[in-house]
Amino acid sequence: MDQIPIMKIGDCLLVSIQVDMHDQLAISLQDNLTTRIVQTRARGVMIDISALEIVDSFIGRMLNNIASMSRVLDAVTVVVGMQPAVAITLVELGLTLPGVRTALDVDRGLALIRRLIDDEAGS
Amino acid sequence: MDVEKQATLAVKSAEDIVRIRREVRSWAVESKFSLVDQTKIVTAASEIARNTLDYGGGGQLALEKVRQGERRGLRLTFSDQGPGIPDIQRALTDGYTSGSGLGLGLSGSKRLCNEFYLESKPGVGTTVTLIRWK
Repeated sequence: MDQIPIMKIGDCLLVSIQVDMHDQLAISLQDNLTTRIVQTRARGVMIDISALEIVDSFIGRMLNNIASMSRVLDAVTVVVGMQPAVAITLVELGLTLPGVRTALDVDRGLALIRRLIDDEAGS
Repeated sequence: MDVEKQATLAVKSAEDIVRIRREVRSWAVESKFSLVDQTKIVTAASEIARNTLDYGGGGQLALEKVRQGERRGLRLTFSDQGPGIPDIQRALTDGYTSGSGLGLGLSGSKRLCNEFYLESKPGVGTTVTLIRWK
């Protein structure tokens, strides 16, 4: 079965979703990601969804779950690269993604993760 | 309403949902929908297909390219022989779910379409019809 690769950059994990998400893939991503967060002691998780042509409530729930699980494991999650048409559709669908931070691209995403980690360290 | 093209797709597994998304996308492109409209109808199809699978125990999708006067569009009819929806009004409320979802499938999909019809009889099944005009 295909899997979504998880890359480590410094103390962050980068996931780039390049395939159409189906249920099993979403569940295995959640499992693998939580395991890797603990293994690598990552402080940040960045999920690149620029290749996703739709985000339905199922994928939205997966993103929410990942953000919640990461938070419990002391890591912040930032979703980057949402396509404009996807953003418009998401809002009309009524999906709000509470608890998921977003950034326009990978560069801004990394900067946001850095800031969030620093904020936590400072408080 | 004239039907210019028709296909029937199974909604029996999670893979079928992925297949339906791909098929609806290609029909929307063929019908010259804008990218936003393509995204809306594909997302709505994905939501309802999941309902058909999770709550209806599987069923089928009739995908049609339709024309009414000068208007052209896509009509998607999802049907199942599942338990049906006892309280349609409540099922159409944002945030209400009888399962483990977010409760946005029906109400959200309705907003993503131009026309939305829901017919359901407890013990007989559910039919959801979506139309998106170009």
